[in-house]
Amino acid sequence: MTPMDLNQLVRQAHEQNDYDPLIQLIPYARMIGIECLRLGDDLVFRLPANRDCIGNPTLPALHGGVIAGFMEHSAMLHLLIFMGIPHLPKIIDFSIDYLRAGHYRDTYAQCQVWRQGKRVANVAITAWQTNQTEPIATARAHFKVDEP
Amino acid sequence: MRESLIRQRAEQFLGMLRHCQMLGMQVHGADEQGLTLRLPYSENIIGNPETGGVHGGAITTLMDTTCGISTVCVLPEFEICPTLDLRIDYMRPAEPGRDVFGFAECYRVTPNVIFTRGVAYQDDPQQPIAHVVGAFMRMGKVVGSAGGAA
Repeated sequence: MTPMDLNQLVRQAHEQNDYDPLIQLIPYARMIGIECLRLGDDLVFRLPANRDCIGNPTLPALHGGVIAGFMEHSAMLHLLIFMGIPHLPKIIDFSIDYLRAGHYRDTYAQCQVWRQGKRVANVAITAWQTNQTEPIATARAHFKVDEP
Repeated sequence: MRESLIRQRAEQFLGMLRHCQMLGMQVHGADEQGLTLRLPYSENIIGNPETGGVHGGAITTLMDTTCGISTVCVLPEFEICPTLDLRIDYMRPAEPGRDVFGFAECYRVTPNVIFTRGVAYQDDPQQPIAHVVGAFMRMGKVVGSAGGAA
């Protein structure tokens, strides 16, 4: 996958308002079943309820690692889609606070890029289920965005 | 004796986690010093299709699970301990095609919170792929039903 291919995929996704081909590129994102919805100028990521993503069987609740992986990948896609980066951003560090149990239902995430420098980007991610004002987790990540 | 009990509890704990079963995670070692889990390399955990590198989300899942289950190494009885927070620092990319190991230990246990730390590595724990710290809430002993813990 050359930078040209990736840029072209992003452009096509914008034009057709279909981000699925971009998501299908990454096996991990395919496995957990991430979806991407464009709402005006904003992107919302969705993780449909999936039995294979359950951690705690008694509640039942999603595995915290899946919620984290979903949020990390949302941040990566957000950078890729909005920031015109011709290659996949590389994770430097990731920090997550779990605020509520992530129940066995659809989960959503939205990202905010607080700073994009030449080499590093800082992204904050919020994940919620029933109500955006009651997040189940907040996270922030640094990505390396310059040439690999 | 104590060691086999810790290992047994760790295996029981891991066996309950459906997502970890799907990824094929296994207990590699467990004693009073800490817990090591193994995440086998698979197509499912690839984050970079060009290099075959492992996705950070799979490493986070491994380390959240390892840190969470490492509580059985220090607690006298089985307790449910949800993750309060977790931080991962990536030292180097994981080499494609090879299993990833997660080691975690509890370095402080209070009545409410357990502080854990650990590393993810492939061959050499001294050359980690990632460093991790995480805090876990203590919800008390599991008596009868575990419901309503949210």
